[in-house]
Amino acid sequence: MKDMLVQVEPLIPALRRYARALMRDRAAADDLVQDCLERAVSRWHQRRDGSVRAWLFTILHNLAVTQFRQAIARGRHMPIDEAGEQELVSAAGQEQRLIYQDVLGKLARLPEEQRAVLLLVAVEDLSYADAAAVLNVPIGTVMSRLSRARERLQQEMDGVAPGNVVALRSVK
Amino acid sequence: MSQRPITEDDLHAYVDQALEPERRAEVASYLDDHPDVAGRVAAFTTQREQLRGALASIADEPLPAELNLSRIIENRARRPVRGWGAIAAVLLLGIGAVGGWSMRSLLQEGSNGLSSLAQEAAYSYNVYAPDRVRPVEIRASDSAELTRWVSNRLQQPIKVPDLSVSGYRLMGGRLVATSHGPAAMFMYDDDRGDRLVVLTRPMSSGGRDTPMLPHVAGDVAGFAWADRGMGYTLVGQLSGEILKPIANEIRKQAGPI
Repeated sequence: MKDMLVQVEPLIPALRRYARALMRDRAAADDLVQDCLERAVSRWHQRRDGSVRAWLFTILHNLAVTQFRQAIARGRHMPIDEAGEQELVSAAGQEQRLIYQDVLGKLARLPEEQRAVLLLVAVEDLSYADAAAVLNVPIGTVMSRLSRARERLQQEMDGVAPGNVVALRSVK
Repeated sequence: MSQRPITEDDLHAYVDQALEPERRAEVASYLDDHPDVAGRVAAFTTQREQLRGALASIADEPLPAELNLSRIIENRARRPVRGWGAIAAVLLLGIGAVGGWSMRSLLQEGSNGLSSLAQEAAYSYNVYAPDRVRPVEIRASDSAELTRWVSNRLQQPIKVPDLSVSGYRLMGGRLVATSHGPAAMFMYDDDRGDRLVVLTRPMSSGGRDTPMLPHVAGDVAGFAWADRGMGYTLVGQLSGEILKPIANEIRKQAGPI
């Protein structure tokens, strides 16, 4: 268990960040991370070779998805447009804070699968291959979701309603 | 310069700083010549920086006590051992005989073929329970079809246990292969996403009923028993204290009506 402590402990802050960005609620996110760590401890010897980081994010992501589905099945409303950004953003100047709250609010409007890809790749620095493993999809799907996430977020930031913009030509 | 064409994927990898230096230089020079694409890439880069900046402080917060990994490891090391220890102690004292529970380990002789059944259930659990995409072949919503299928293949009327009293919902099931022929596997989960597997098949040894026997294989624990020629086992990554009443419930439900 000592190797586990050494390898897992440094990743907990990143797991918290991903969980909170997905759940947009500190308590719910930390509960999820706690669940994730308990599972990681009990399954440490079952994990396959490969990145511990990707393995942990996989456990966490699956727990989050299960929660989303259960919330939907029970008809509970997942906060999308409600405040939550204030809780996410701290320690920044007033102007910077507004910019941050704005981008997180727009991120929250992305479909869940696009949001997850963007967070894993652009914030958590997972490789495309690791992100594909976490999401259990081919790398090609990661790339197309990432592309759609960025285009859509940009449309939101430019203040254009989605659909009004001609898709930018792919430069193959 | 033997330039490969620049792809959309290259642009994203450029933004994510995931390109080899050589390719990165090629993309940079392409962007110099294509200001419209460069504008898009710059916008994506800004997005990335803003997202990172907005979320950075979360990772700097001190960890709450619940996320103290040493403590989680410590709790874990204590909990399951205590659970199984308690059961063993009770059984050793002979009190366990009341419910038809036996201390005899499945690894010992004379377990009436229950040890293979327990082993098969542990294999099935390890293969299917971690599967997030298709843990079951037929979902709970089609449970009538599931019942029909497994009853047909096992040539026995099979009842799908209802574990809602214990807080577990049926996810669905499938037929699994064992060295003793087909077995029916049912999977359940609770609100936390913990999964349980029930495996049942006819026993080759015949119709002798057995007491309920605990078994452990790695992380997976459970109970196995046989009634009227059918073998049953419940397995999960939970302590025996939690699994035991659920196993009792399944045995009760599978009994003659």
